[in-house]
Amino acid sequence: MINLNAGAPKGPLAEQWASYKSGCKLVNPNNKRKLDVIVVGTGLAGASAAATLGQLGYNVKVFCYQDTPRRAHSIAAQGGINAAKNYQNDGDSVYRLFYDTIKGGDYRARESNVYRLASISPQIIDLCVAQGVPFAREYGGLLANRSFGGTQVSRTFYARGQTGQQLLIGAYSALSRQIAEGNVTLYNRRDILDVVIVDGKARGVIARNLVTGEVERYSAHAVVLASGGYGNVFYLSTNAMGSNVTPAWSAYKKGALFANPCFTQIHPTCIPVHGEFQSKLTLMSESLRNDGRIWVPKEKSDVEKLRKKEIKPTDIPEARRDYYLERRYPAFGNLVPRDVASRAAKERCDAGFGVGSTGLAVYLDFSDAIKRLGREAIAARYGNLFQMYEQIVAEDPYKTPMMIYPAVHYTMGGLWVDYDLMTTVPGLYAIGECNFSDHGANRLGASALMQGLADGYFVLPYTISNFLSAEIHTPRIDTGLPEFESAAKGVRDRLDALKNTNGKESVDHFHRKLGKIMWEYCGMARNEAGLNKALGLIAELKAEFAANVCIPGGLKEYNPELEKAWRVQDFIELGELMVRDALQRNESCGGHFREEYQTPDGEAMRDDDAYAFVGAWEFTDGGSAPELRKEELRFETVTPSQRSYK
Amino acid sequence: MNFTLKIWRQKNGADKGGLVTYEVKGISPDSSFFEMLDMLNQQLISQGVDPVAFDHDCREGICGTCSLYINGRPHGPLKGVTTCQLHMRSFQDGENIFIEPWRCGAFPVLKDLIVDRSAFDKIIQSGGYVTVNSGGIPDANAIPVPKHDSDASFDAAACIGCGACVASCPNASAMLFVSAKVSHFALLPQGRVEGERRVQNMVATMDSLGFGNCSNTYACEAECPKEISVANIARMNREFLAAKVFAEKEKTISFSM
Repeated sequence: MINLNAGAPKGPLAEQWASYKSGCKLVNPNNKRKLDVIVVGTGLAGASAAATLGQLGYNVKVFCYQDTPRRAHSIAAQGGINAAKNYQNDGDSVYRLFYDTIKGGDYRARESNVYRLASISPQIIDLCVAQGVPFAREYGGLLANRSFGGTQVSRTFYARGQTGQQLLIGAYSALSRQIAEGNVTLYNRRDILDVVIVDGKARGVIARNLVTGEVERYSAHAVVLASGGYGNVFYLSTNAMGSNVTPAWSAYKKGALFANPCFTQIHPTCIPVHGEFQSKLTLMSESLRNDGRIWVPKEKSDVEKLRKKEIKPTDIPEARRDYYLERRYPAFGNLVPRDVASRAAKERCDAGFGVGSTGLAVYLDFSDAIKRLGREAIAARYGNLFQMYEQIVAEDPYKTPMMIYPAVHYTMGGLWVDYDLMTTVPGLYAIGECNFSDHGANRLGASALMQGLADGYFVLPYTISNFLSAEIHTPRIDTGLPEFESAAKGVRDRLDALKNTNGKESVDHFHRKLGKIMWEYCGMARNEAGLNKALGLIAELKAEFAANVCIPGGLKEYNPELEKAWRVQDFIELGELMVRDALQRNESCGGHFREEYQTPDGEAMRDDDAYAFVGAWEFTDGGSAPELRKEELRFETVTPSQRSYK
Repeated sequence: MNFTLKIWRQKNGADKGGLVTYEVKGISPDSSFFEMLDMLNQQLISQGVDPVAFDHDCREGICGTCSLYINGRPHGPLKGVTTCQLHMRSFQDGENIFIEPWRCGAFPVLKDLIVDRSAFDKIIQSGGYVTVNSGGIPDANAIPVPKHDSDASFDAAACIGCGACVASCPNASAMLFVSAKVSHFALLPQGRVEGERRVQNMVATMDSLGFGNCSNTYACEAECPKEISVANIARMNREFLAAKVFAEKEKTISFSM
């Protein structure tokens, strides 16, 4: 087993990034114009990276599957973005944000990367404000903050419940400016189906034009993947319908390592599943836990009556309610990290105290906050979320408690990257949710937006020149090279094979089945027997898909079923890797909860002696099992301890 | 619930297209409009028929991908709601539902219910940004912004770029979309610096792309799923006139010098 080296700088943590940045190689402006960079994805990471690389003078090609870059799923992020500004003078600092993130990630992230992220965070807010992002403000005209799960300070900046939307519009505006100036070329409605490697370096991509069905080739000196997370492997998740793993998966199959695939985040506050035909789940922002109190009935008799709709939740007196988070975790109460809150909800529901028609829901109650602050104050903070809830559930959360249940939301795992955010393939970078780097085994709320923008605006534009400075003598890459020829042929062959299967079942049929397997055996709680069973079920599903999928329509036209088929085929393979990863990690940490490894009171039990490493998987050709490689995690500044939020 | 659907089918931009009738049965009132279309598509796939293509992505009302005239109204019968947030409980059992793509010269049909809205991107590229680079930025609290202005700017910036304003307008005008972006920046000190240039360029681009003029019917505001106010149009007109006057003054000064 070969160990991986992140290439993090030496020296005191607080000085590493500043001194490393000064040592990054530079490319002069004349040469930048001659260097092409491909960016895949236009969410916060991709749009900010493409805009900044364009601003620096590189010749950028940016791709998205949506009709316009502004629709990437970062837009749906609700609650906010963290930054160590300490505007509230409540004891925050770069170190504290770093510490909270490392601890929140259950000591499975790299210290050097997380410290860099925390130290960049204040700059992000400065830039976004300069771009015109309308963050919430106090009457004095300065910026407002709120608190979020897993922290005891108020460091979250927000724009009502639409922070992701406003930040993405900021990045999209910056990107639009670069497109107008001719530094960036936009290719919309394109799926990236393969990464092209020439002489060991990433030199291009194969795209399918979703409108014409044409298989297209694009070349560059370097390729940046910002294609997001893989939560849709569970079929039902809070991701957009089109969110997919395909660009990252094609990189994995071309030699980039895939790290910690089993680290997935189940978000505690989503609207519960209501039926078989359901296509997606809707998140209710974590910020609601600032003012909402989570509870279930104490008595099973009340649960029965609620399910039969004989009583309403408001009929249950205070003494017969179990505010289980406040009971179990008095120090953090309703603001424990996401993994802890999700597991606690599952524990109560499994014990038979769940509410709603399915018994898979708990209450999130605002009546105390409305009494204390008034309806208007609550409406100003969460108005759009309450409206969204009412629209979906047809109940008024001002009058009756919301019902919530955990759902798949974010994936901490992703392509392995070094300190430069480069994968194990030279010239191939991964940024944002697409990489594994900063959140360990559990991400804290309001940190995804921070990481996406840190990577795109402030990290990659520096580190990519370490690679590109050596490429100034490389002429533009020719898309007629045999490597492009064979990659394009591979894509066409796979499309033909999908189309020619002529089976009986739709793509959704397989996707739904995969989702059920993953949720049941590789979801909020996992165990060895279940994971082994899942391996068998996924192998069967893979064979069934290959033999029996049905895709109407043609190859050379707009064909949404064909797009889905390719994505689901990749998800099935990824599902298998996630299960393998969950099996090898014989400990519980963050979002990865193995039932065999828990403390007597049901908390996750890590094994730092055996598992303080990043597990990165290497694809092996010819059907043999992938190989596990490790990056040891050394904690020189913080001392890992059993996480306690009590 | 059961429904009779009359859906616009069009193979591609060159095809003439027409309405086709489908029946769907056993739909739960709790299912969303798109989940109902998903069920129709599953039915069509099992019959070997090409499923209906429609634009959708986040399905939570924020990405702006979804569109559709439903019974002649952009995003259907409810106020302040996108098609993806519409649920079948808002319809009568047995109802006939007409489903069509946006109709506007600047938004050509690509297939069935999918249109090309890249004209909106072109408008933003012509000025929908603040010209700042990622270095040398002052501290975020160095520029205080009155809460009222910041909130009003947010209200304008909440536009999701879906195109319902254009679709609802008898003249296919994009004034609400463009004015929301102009207002978002005009209300903030950061955006004021290049305000004149922005409004002139964005209006010129809008005109060149074949969008019509505003005749104050306010259909756009009524149908906007994010309830963007027509007050933005008035603000844009003021900005535009002021910028013109300002530009004339500049010219006079430079001639006299």
